[in-house]
Amino acid sequence: MDWFLWLHAEHGIKLTIFYDHWDRGRFIKGIWTTIHLSFVTIVLSIVIGIIGAWFQKSRFIWIRTIVQGYIQFFRNTPPLIQLYFFYFAMDTFLSGIFNIHGGILGSYGWAVVSLSFFAGAFNVEIFRAGVEAVPESTVESAISLGYSRRQIYQYVTLPLAFRVCLPALNNNLINLIKTTTVAYAIAVPETLYVANQIWSDEYNVLEMMNVVWVIYIIIVGFLVWLMHRWERSTRIPGFGQ
Amino acid sequence: MKKQIKRLMTVTGLSLALSFSMVLPAMADALDNITDRGKIVVGVKADYAPWGMRDAEGNVVGMEHDMLAEFVKRVSAATGKTIELEKVVVVASNRMQFLEQGKIDMFIATMSDKPGRREVVGIVQPDYYSSGVSILAHKDSGIDGWASLEGKDVCGIQGAWYNKEHGLKNGANVMAFKGVPEVEKALLDGRCAGWIYDDSAFIPRKVNEPEKWADFDLAAPTVDDVPWGAAVSLDEVDGRLGKLLSAAIIDWHTSGLLIELESKWGIPPTAWLVDMQMKCLTGDPVCNDILESGEAGEP
Repeated sequence: MDWFLWLHAEHGIKLTIFYDHWDRGRFIKGIWTTIHLSFVTIVLSIVIGIIGAWFQKSRFIWIRTIVQGYIQFFRNTPPLIQLYFFYFAMDTFLSGIFNIHGGILGSYGWAVVSLSFFAGAFNVEIFRAGVEAVPESTVESAISLGYSRRQIYQYVTLPLAFRVCLPALNNNLINLIKTTTVAYAIAVPETLYVANQIWSDEYNVLEMMNVVWVIYIIIVGFLVWLMHRWERSTRIPGFGQ
Repeated sequence: MKKQIKRLMTVTGLSLALSFSMVLPAMADALDNITDRGKIVVGVKADYAPWGMRDAEGNVVGMEHDMLAEFVKRVSAATGKTIELEKVVVVASNRMQFLEQGKIDMFIATMSDKPGRREVVGIVQPDYYSSGVSILAHKDSGIDGWASLEGKDVCGIQGAWYNKEHGLKNGANVMAFKGVPEVEKALLDGRCAGWIYDDSAFIPRKVNEPEKWADFDLAAPTVDDVPWGAAVSLDEVDGRLGKLLSAAIIDWHTSGLLIELESKWGIPPTAWLVDMQMKCLTGDPVCNDILESGEAGEP
């Protein structure tokens, strides 16, 4: 702590997050918000991806159309605009219908919804690629064994598809963590938001930029490490890496 | 191919070196550069009615823009050349960075003159206006005074110093947005109980749009009256551009131009401006271009 005070006094490097308890408190909260926002949106986006990919194979054309519409809507618009749209437009509209004052969801809630749907749209396509990579003969074997459609998806197609699409899924989830930073536009107190507050108060833009940079390398690095472990543990001999 | 890679690496290396070097030392001073270019690039606000705002045609206008127009005439006179004005719209969280990076020559952008800021940009003396911090809250929000902020959701603007000082430290949950329109929307939607901001921004709202703000009142006494300073880059504050700006502000105080502009833009009269005019007329040291200890913005 004294060392950081000395660093400021001697070299002008101002890392207030290490000695000002207000700044430290909000910065730690900010990192924590990034972590759980990332976690919740990752889980939800995978769920959306799995369900979406299943619906894409539906017998009913209207279900397939809805999924296709959803993918086009979320894949073709920037995440920041989706966030603003949900928070400022959608919420006002819904509050008007249900006559609720003060908004249906808070900024964190809308960030979860919008980011999950955003990453979910990509996940649907990623899982579809995986599902389509499962050989037709494998599915036919399952049918001949008396599996139902849902059972085939659950026990045969999905586990194989999952393994095939893990590298692509990896990419998308990493992108999702990085995209959580846009939530600062609607005042979700995540890492970039608090860093911005701190550097506005303390005029230490350069220092905080570097800190934020390191924080994201660590968080994303952890996810990459985890996903690689998972990839290795689900390795299928003769099926590529 | 090899050559291409080599070239690519040189370019990457060069751009890295460029981005890491903080500020390139200026050969000539700012006024020379302005004369050469034939134009002055100034940071202005467009989200702070009536100091800087957009009119119906989308032009940025306001009290600070009038001051600026007057100042550009002085620059033209000083350089003996017609100097054009290029406005760059800034917000609270980037105005100082723009000046540091050399994107703008100076700014008049509703900035409070704070000691910490003087280490980053060259705030010219004397200051040209003064305002304090208050809370605009809904009548039913239960906010009455600063102590009542405990546990309340309070909207704010990203980059404002008082978010921490008066919001966070009073126990409020500050939700800071990028700009004023977002905050207004959130406040009117009932997403936050109050808005922590400059009292100078609340008063014109109550005056100009009484219906829109009928349910909202100033709910805490104004604190931290801090003067506003115009800024040039740090090495220009004692240079020719800084001195020219100082001289202009002293004239504006003495002649009463600032008081005239205040009433032109419908801003309720500020006692501070009247006091400064008196001081300038009587030759008080506050009204010179040197910053004495204890002057302006010291907490």
